Amino acid sequence: MDVSDVPQEPKDFKEGEKLKKLVYAVGKDGKYTGVTSAGWDAENFAMKQAWDDIEENLAATLAKVKNGTVSPIAYYMQKNLMELSLLAKYAGKWQWQVTRHMKPEVFAKLDRAMLDVYAGIFNITVEEMINFGKERSNNG
Amino acid sequence: MDKEFKHYQHAHCESGVTANMLRHEGIDISEPMAFGIGSGIFFGHLPFLKVGGIPGTTYRLWPGAIFKKVANRLDIKVHTEKFSSPANAMKALDTALAEGRPTGILGSVFYLPYLPEAFRFHFNAHNFIAYGKQGSKYLISDPIMEGLSDITPEDLVKARFAKGTPEPRGFMYYITGTPKQINLAAGIEKGIKQTCNFMLNTPLPWFGNSAIFLLANRIKDYPHKLPPRKAALYLGNVIRMQEEIGTGGAGFRYLYAAFLQEAGIHLRRDDLQEFSAQLTKIGDGWRNFAYNAARIMKVRNTGVVSYDELSALLRVCGEEEKIFFTNLGKLKW
Repeated sequence: MDVSDVPQEPKDFKEGEKLKKLVYAVGKDGKYTGVTSAGWDAENFAMKQAWDDIEENLAATLAKVKNGTVSPIAYYMQKNLMELSLLAKYAGKWQWQVTRHMKPEVFAKLDRAMLDVYAGIFNITVEEMINFGKERSNNG
Repeated sequence: MDKEFKHYQHAHCESGVTANMLRHEGIDISEPMAFGIGSGIFFGHLPFLKVGGIPGTTYRLWPGAIFKKVANRLDIKVHTEKFSSPANAMKALDTALAEGRPTGILGSVFYLPYLPEAFRFHFNAHNFIAYGKQGSKYLISDPIMEGLSDITPEDLVKARFAKGTPEPRGFMYYITGTPKQINLAAGIEKGIKQTCNFMLNTPLPWFGNSAIFLLANRIKDYPHKLPPRKAALYLGNVIRMQEEIGTGGAGFRYLYAAFLQEAGIHLRRDDLQEFSAQLTKIGDGWRNFAYNAARIMKVRNTGVVSYDELSALLRVCGEEEKIFFTNLGKLKW
């Protein structure tokens, strides 16, 4: 790739425009040099697509929290880009236990210590977590 | 002792950290040179190792390899340490910083707030340097960033003790001694030989040159085996690994071509420069593959023809690299 061909197509989502990364390209003298690039359409699209997928899944889970099929833990797990296996590791629980905690009726009975653990992992307060998805605060 | 730390932006985190740490010790080395001596370039496709339900693809050697190989090959003494407790890990870092040692740190990008959100996934093998403290904050030189950053101790602990695969467990490293004379020539030779060996002689189908053909075959199957949305996400992940932060373009191929050119100049060898030019062309082929993959993703086109064509483009990259690394491996030293 020639220096003049280094794409400068900004990533205009999720602060992506804040970082100009370095790529290596060939200058007029035939020598390689580092050039900063705002981004490239092909990679921007791939990245945006991954985020869109996350957000679509998140919206679906939000709806489930609201209609009472899953607990807020399911929502915050996805919001923190975690899979069940990873959340279980952070929580120090088995995966089947975390799966149970995603049932609203089990979640309602979790003790304070367990709620603290989850709130800590998600970097929110326990109150935010237990009230999430209820009528008055639904903007996660 | 308290020599001012100089930050240079680089393409890739680990070769960038390596170059910046060596430069701090007065060893004039570029990122491409560190990357090549550290045998950084590679290829791997792991259909069974899924992250977020998507098969893994890599264009580089496993994390930690570059720094270790460069240190070995240039006779640089390093201290590395892992920890079982965050408190000990932070204490050891504070001690190293108090001694004036810029310290390499392994951590998860998810917990580095100075990075734009777009890049922050649970990727646990990111490398950066802590070079000092200001109040309670740690001063950070992250080679993929244009400038310097800082981070709170709370966030730094989270990054250093992220869970998942791999777990950094507070891993940190710094240089303890450098030789009087740096023998780049020997490092270049070892680096190139091992790269050719890894690329061509790895017996497992998921690693090295043969894995390019494995991926090409899989891509051909995507429209038959996957729903359109999944197929696009699979392809997208390959492109992200190839072009997103930290490869320098074309999945490290340009970075390695830059190394071969610099090695050719250093050793006064025209043949290395010729190899560099060849790899630049191969890199352009990888870019073309990414460009066409994005085209297909955009229209969610699961037409069999377009996936067949994409697979064919990838095969050409694989075939050209096979010839390239075979010839590079035959170099006389």
